Parts: sequence; structure tokens; C-alpha cells
Amino acid sequence: MTAFSSFPDAHDKAQQANVRRAASPPPHTLAPASVGASFKPEHLQAILADDVPVDFLEIHAENYMGAGGPPHHALARVAERAAISLHGVCMSLGGPQPLSKDHLQRFRALVDRYRPALVSEHLAWSTHDAAFMNDLLPLPYNAATLSHVCDHIDEMQEAIGQPILLENPSTYVAFSTSTMSEIDFIAAIARRTGCGLLLDVNNVFVSATNHGYSPLQYLADFPLHRVGEIHLAGHALQEDDEGETLLIDSHDGPVADDVWALYAEVVAMAGPVPTLVEWDSKIPDWPVLKAEAFAARAILRTAEAGGAHHDAAA
Amino acid sequence: MTPQPDMPADIPLNTRFAAALLDPRQTRPVEVTAHSGKRAEKRFDVYRNNVTFSLMRALADIFPAVKRIVGDRAFDEVARAYVRANPPQVPMLFEYGREFAGFLAAFEPLQRLVYLPDVARLERLWLDAWHAADAAPLSPQALGAIAPERIGEARFRPHPAAGLLDSRFAAFTIFSENRADGPVGHVETRKSETVLVSRPGLEVQVINLPEGGHAFHATLFAGATLAEAAGAGRTASDRFDINRNIGMLIQSGAYSAAVLEGEHDND
Repeated sequence: MTAFSSFPDAHDKAQQANVRRAASPPPHTLAPASVGASFKPEHLQAILADDVPVDFLEIHAENYMGAGGPPHHALARVAERAAISLHGVCMSLGGPQPLSKDHLQRFRALVDRYRPALVSEHLAWSTHDAAFMNDLLPLPYNAATLSHVCDHIDEMQEAIGQPILLENPSTYVAFSTSTMSEIDFIAAIARRTGCGLLLDVNNVFVSATNHGYSPLQYLADFPLHRVGEIHLAGHALQEDDEGETLLIDSHDGPVADDVWALYAEVVAMAGPVPTLVEWDSKIPDWPVLKAEAFAARAILRTAEAGGAHHDAAA
Repeated sequence: MTPQPDMPADIPLNTRFAAALLDPRQTRPVEVTAHSGKRAEKRFDVYRNNVTFSLMRALADIFPAVKRIVGDRAFDEVARAYVRANPPQVPMLFEYGREFAGFLAAFEPLQRLVYLPDVARLERLWLDAWHAADAAPLSPQALGAIAPERIGEARFRPHPAAGLLDSRFAAFTIFSENRADGPVGHVETRKSETVLVSRPGLEVQVINLPEGGHAFHATLFAGATLAEAAGAGRTASDRFDINRNIGMLIQSGAYSAAVLEGEHDND
């Protein structure tokens, strides 16, 4: 389609609208015992009709980087019912190459537009040279990778004007060039960049199984005082080359019992932290997903009643 | 397939890792390991599968009519080849597949389906319309506010979601039949159809244009006056109907404003 150059640029109006939105109310803040779920467009009507929806809904930022249309319309409507968590999947913080300035700008525009209660990204990479691989790819943990991850997080936090939560990954391979543990690596990032952490308990269980370590020990070592959000999700079973269990972070089913048990341990140690159930494939009806989130709420309330609180783990 | 020699280890890890994800002949980087002396073949293949299948699924979501026409097996084959040759260049999957129509045209096993690339182009326009910026469509009042003697001088701003396709085949009919739920009837594929895509509200509209319609709208999209567009329509077809096409300026939702030189927009 040919641009219509003889008229004033339509983008000017869009920019004026953005300026107006930037003056909208400050972001929601979430109570520690808040629970949320992935927002899937097929759940829009069910969520709008639900008298007691979840406290917050999380979106993958990249799905809302179009200019307009039904995706933004749906998100604006659910944003009236629940706080929004903006979960970046594709910033490629863990790769060696510079972050995309365009992508930072698009991310910033979403933060300005929706004023999310939480903003998060992954310890992973997904873009190399010009190719976007659409997966959360692993990185070695050493001084060189630590340095560029920290630079990238500094750059992202600068670009969006607020700290992010960095999510621990689920991984299937290790690297002979790693010189640090994942925990030491993540703790160093948090110290150096001031970022918070998103503790994905399913990822802990998946990675611990895949790499032969104790998930409880991982959690005992994790800097829990920096955790601003917890993720729960379902995983799938495969086999590795030796015929032993290899867990896949599939987000296509209910949270596993082992992960619920681990989550209860985390909450007992850290106190209540806003918790979100992810479900991205083979998506069930809304009541099924909501029930998973409310199961997390029951565990959070037990912790509240038990008097555990955030500072205790610091 | 012939095994590729491994990339030299002085090439950066991410370059070798990415190359092995998209090319099954490349072995994984030597640094990729597993604990306790385990092998890492199947482990690395998890990433290969995630990348390839998730991008194939993205193409299936963007091009459902193409998939229905060729069937699941043929679609998987062409999608896998496309993913490996054309990985996405930006991290928004709704931007993916802009070269898919041309790839289909050059993909030998599907070349007898000569109309397929245009169906893919139409599916790509549909998704662009879905994500385009919102704008109010041109209203009958705005058009009516232009004095009849000056209407020929008016220029029309295309709606951000508007798109045009000029096909030598029945792209509109094939697209519509294969995106509907019911069975697909006989389609005379060699009948030329031109299509206007728009999204005046939240619904994407796909309109089969009358004769001369492509020339008319393409001329307006290029910034020319209504009189010039009507001339282009008449040149393109003896059966060009100006009144029907002027009505389409409103009905299609493909325009957002009408403008006369020296006056404010009428939107």
C-alpha cells in the first residue's frame, strides 16, 4: 500500500494520544497475597463476566506491540478489572549483541500506555544477528556474560524508567564455559543492576530435575528478599539421551503437585509474594485457569495467617 | 543430507548455537554439555524443536486458508523450509511471514497451485489490518459536507488498516471459502478478483471490488483526487461505475478522512 504523503502524518495524532495517556494514573500496586493468571484473548468475555476475577493478568509484551485493533481493545477492557503485569519474552537480555533500540522503544510505549503493576523479562537470549528465534535460549554463566547481561538490564531499566523483575530460566543444557552457579549469577545481577527477581518455581523444578540438583537447596540459596513476583506453570515429561526424565517448560497443563509443594516451601520462607499461574498452550476454559490461581491464593493466605513475612527471608 | 563441517570454535558461541538451531546439519556448539557426563543431543534438540515448531505454528496461525488448501503435511513441509530460510527479523510474530507468498510461488511441490501466493498475500493483509492503528472511518456527513461541484477535487486519506490486492486469480473467493467453517465448493480459480481489506471498527472486512475498483482505490491511496481516481477506474474497465465506487468510500471503511485543498479535514 502506498503512503498518502500529501496529508499530515497520522502518527502525529497517535503521539499526541500517547502523551495524554502518559498523564494517566500511576500504576497499580499489588498486595503481597495477590494472585494472577496469564491473559488469553479467548478468556476476554469470561473475565469480563466474572464477579471475582484474579487480582492481576499478565501479558506477553510482544503480542501487544501492534498499533491498535482488537488486542489493545481487549487489554484496555480487562485492565479495568485487574492490574496488568507486562512480561517481556523477547528482549534477548542474555545475548552478547546490543539490545534493539526499536524494541526498547516499543516496550517503553507499552509501559506508558498500560502503567503495569509489574514489569519482567527473562535471563535468556532469543535474537542473534538479525534472526529472532522465538525461544528462551540458555547462556553460560561467567564474568563475560554477567557483564553484558548487567549492561542490558541497565539499558532496559533506563529506557523504561523503572526497575524490572528478572526471571530465572528453565534450561535443558549446561555449558562447559560456565564458571558460576545460576544462583550466584542471578544474585550478582540483582546487586549490580538493582533489578528485582521473578522466581519461577516451575523453572526451578524443571532445571533442578534436568541438571541433577536439589530444588530445595536452590531455593534456600536464592535471594528471596528480591523476589517481586512468583510464577507457577505446568511442565511436560520427555527423556534425555540416557532415558532419564527431561522436563520441558511447556505451560500446557496444570501446575504439578511437586511444584505446588515447592511453592508452599517458598511462601513459608519468603512470605506472601504476588503469584501468577502461566498457561500458554492447550488453554483451558477460564474457570480452570482461575482455579489454579485461587489454589495459589489459599497457600498465600496460609502464610499470612502463619505470620511469615517478607523481611524474614532477607 | 550432507553433514556440514562444524563451525570453527573461534566463532562466537551464540552464532554457532543459532546456526545449529536453524540448520539440522550443523552440530551443536562444543561448549553445550550436560551434568554428570550425560550426553546433550536430545537436550539440544529441545531447543531446535521449540524454535522450528513454534515458528511453524506462527505461520499456521497467520495463513490458515493456505494451510487448509494444501493440507497439514504439505503445509508443515513448506513452513519448515520457510522457517529455516527466513527466520523472523523482529520479535513480534504478527509481523512474520511477509516473504511467505513469494516463497510459496518458488516452492516447487506447490507451484501448480498458482493462486496460492495471492491467498497468502490476502491473509497477510488481513493480519496487518487486525493490528493496524485505530481510526474512525470516513462518515457520510463528512462526505456530504463537500460541495457537489468540488467533490472531484477531494482527496481521501486511507484508513491505517486499509490494504489492496489485485489478483489474476479468485483470491477473494478462495480465501473466503477456506476461512469459513463449511465445506469448500467448486471455485473457478482463474477468475480475476481484486480485494480491499479494511478494519473500520474491531472487525476486519474483506471486500471483493467491482470492475475498475483496484485502479480507483490504488489511485486514491496514492494521494490523487477523486476525479483522477475515477479516470483511472474508467481506463481500467468499461464497466467502471463511479456512483457505486463513491458509495464504497463510506461502506468499505477503508478511508478515514476527505480533504479539499485549503480546507480542514472532513472526518
